[in-house]
Amino acid sequence: MIQLSPRRPSSHRMKVRWKDNISLFLMTVPGIIVFICFSYMPLYGLLLAFKNFVPRLGIWGSPWVGSLNFQFMFKNATFWLSLRNTLLYNAAFLVTGIICPMLLAIGLNELLSKKLARTLQTFVIMPHFVSYVVVSVIVFALCSADNGMIAHFLDSMGSPRIAFYSETKYWPWILNIVHIWKSTGYSSIIYMGALTGISDEYYEAAVIDGATKWQQTRYITIPFLIPMTVILAILRVGGMFSSNFDLFYQVPLNSGQLYPVTNTIDVFVYNMLRTSNNVSLSSAAGFFQSLCGFILVVTVNWIIRKIDPDLAMF
Amino acid sequence: MAKRKHHYHPLAVKPHTNVILSILVGLFALFCFLPILLIYIGSFTAEKAIKINGFSFFPAKWSVSAYQYLFKDGGQILQSYWVSISLTVFGTVLSLLIMTLYAYAISRKDFALRRQLTFFAYFTMLFNGGMVAAYIVNTTVFGLRDSYWVLLIPTLCSAYNIIVLRTFFTSLGTESLVEAAKIDGASELRIYARIILPISKPALATIGLFTAIAYFSKWFEVMLYIENNKLYTIQYLLQRVMKNLEYLRSNPEFAMSEGGVELLENLPGESMRMALTVLAMTPVLAFYPFFQKYFVKGLTLGSVKG
Repeated sequence: MIQLSPRRPSSHRMKVRWKDNISLFLMTVPGIIVFICFSYMPLYGLLLAFKNFVPRLGIWGSPWVGSLNFQFMFKNATFWLSLRNTLLYNAAFLVTGIICPMLLAIGLNELLSKKLARTLQTFVIMPHFVSYVVVSVIVFALCSADNGMIAHFLDSMGSPRIAFYSETKYWPWILNIVHIWKSTGYSSIIYMGALTGISDEYYEAAVIDGATKWQQTRYITIPFLIPMTVILAILRVGGMFSSNFDLFYQVPLNSGQLYPVTNTIDVFVYNMLRTSNNVSLSSAAGFFQSLCGFILVVTVNWIIRKIDPDLAMF
Repeated sequence: MAKRKHHYHPLAVKPHTNVILSILVGLFALFCFLPILLIYIGSFTAEKAIKINGFSFFPAKWSVSAYQYLFKDGGQILQSYWVSISLTVFGTVLSLLIMTLYAYAISRKDFALRRQLTFFAYFTMLFNGGMVAAYIVNTTVFGLRDSYWVLLIPTLCSAYNIIVLRTFFTSLGTESLVEAAKIDGASELRIYARIILPISKPALATIGLFTAIAYFSKWFEVMLYIENNKLYTIQYLLQRVMKNLEYLRSNPEFAMSEGGVELLENLPGESMRMALTVLAMTPVLAFYPFFQKYFVKGLTLGSVKG
C-alpha cells in the first residue's frame, strides 16, 4: 500500500530500542484504557443474552438460562418484522447509495466552470452536516398534517390532506428519500476522487475514434468506476444487519402506528430495553445483531482479499 | 483535477450539454438546500401565518417573536448550549490527543507492539457488545448514569479514526526526520509534538471536524442516561420539544417567569420549534465550508490509492 523508501543497509535503523518503545507504549495507554472500558468491557455484557438479568445480582450473578432468550426472540413477531425491515432498507440504500452519488459525481466532474462545481458541491454536502434531530424537524415541517407544507399544497389542489405520521404506506418512500437527500452529496466525493484518477489518454483516443461524450461516459467512465463500486458495495453488505437508529427512531418521531415499516433491529433493541424493560429479549437481539454483523464483515473481507488484497481491511 | 481549458478543449462537454448538466446538478443542489432554508424561513414566520398557510417559502407575515420568546427565558437553552459547546470543545481536544498519540505510536515501524495494538483497536470495529451491554456496563460497573462524563468519555476513541490517522502518519515518510531528531536527543513525546503534529494539520482538521460534529450532535446518550435537565444537550432539548411542545411550557422556570401564564397562551410554538432547530444546526453549517477542501482532499486521496 505505502511505498517504503529503499532500505539503507544500516543496522541500527529498524532496531527496536526499549527506552523509545516504553515512551511509545505510554503514548497508547490512554487509548488502551478507553478501549478496554468502553469497547471490551461491554463484550462481557454480551453474556446477558444467555442469562435472566436480575439487576440486584449483577451480570455475573444472574442465573444462566441457556438459549431461552433466543427461543423467545425467534417467537417474537416484532423481531422478525424488525429484521425484515433492516434487511430491506439496507438493500434499497445499497442500490440508491451507489447510483445517485455516481451520477452526481460524473455531473459535477463534467461541469466546465470549476468554481460553479465547487459551489454546488458545498450545497449538495450540506445535508450531511445536519443532525438527524434536525432532519426530523425538516420532515415534520413538510409532512405534518396541521401545518405541513405538503398538507397546504394538497389543500390548494383541492385534495384531502394526508396524515403521514399514521399511515405506513408512505414511510418506505420518505425514509429512502431522506437517505438519498442526506448521503448522496457526501458519498459523491469518493467517486469524484476516482474520476480524477482516470487518465485523459483514454478520452483522447475515444475522441479520435469519434466517440460522443455520452459514449465516453458509457464505455470509459462507468467501467472505470465499477471495481471501486464493487468494493464499496461489498463493504456495505458487511453492515447489512445494522441500521441507523437516528434515522428510524427520530425521523418518524417514534410513532407507534408506523412501527410495522420503521422498526429496525436497533429500534427494537432500544424499545425492548427502555419501553418494555425486557433486558433478556433486548440483549438477545443485540447479540444476534453483533454476531451476524461479525460473520458478514469477516466474509466480506475474505471476498475483497480475493479481488484486491490492497483493499482488504485485515 | 485534469486540466481542461474552457470551450476549446476536445475532451470537455459541449456548451449546450454543459448548460443542461449545470441545470440538473443545480436542481439537485436546490433539493438539498431548500428543506434547510425552509426551517430558517419558518423560524422567522409569524405564528398566525403558519397556522393559516402552513410552512412556506413565502410567508404572509414575518416575525422575530419566536426568537424573542426563546431568549426571554433562555435559561434552559443557554444551559443546553453550554453543555453542547463544552462537550464539543473538550471532547474534540481530548479525543484528538488520545487518538493521535495512539495512531502515531502504531505508525512507527520500530514499535514492538505495533501489530498487536493495531489489532486491539481494529477489533472494536469488528465486534461490539451493542447498546444493551454498553448500557448495563456503563450504569452498573462505572456508575455513569446522569453524569456529564457519560456524554464525554465513552466516545473518545474511534478505531476508524485511529486507522485513518495511522495511515496518514505512515504516508508522511518522516522516518529519517525522526531518526535525526533522536540522534539530537529529542524525546518521543517531543518528536510527536514538535515534528509530527505541525505537519499533520490537514488530517487533524478533518478528523477534528468530524469528531466535533459527532459531539455537537449528541442526543441519544442523553436520552439513554440523563435525567437531570441541566445536562441536556441542545440536540436533545430539540428532540424533547419535537416530541412534545409542552416541554417548554411545562418547564417551571418558564411558567413562573414574569407574565408566565399570559406568555404561555400566546406561545408561538411552531415557529419556536423552527427557531430552536436553527440554533441547533447553524454552528455546524457555519463551519463546514471552511473545512471543505481538507476533507474533500482526504476522502479523495483514500480512493485514488485503490
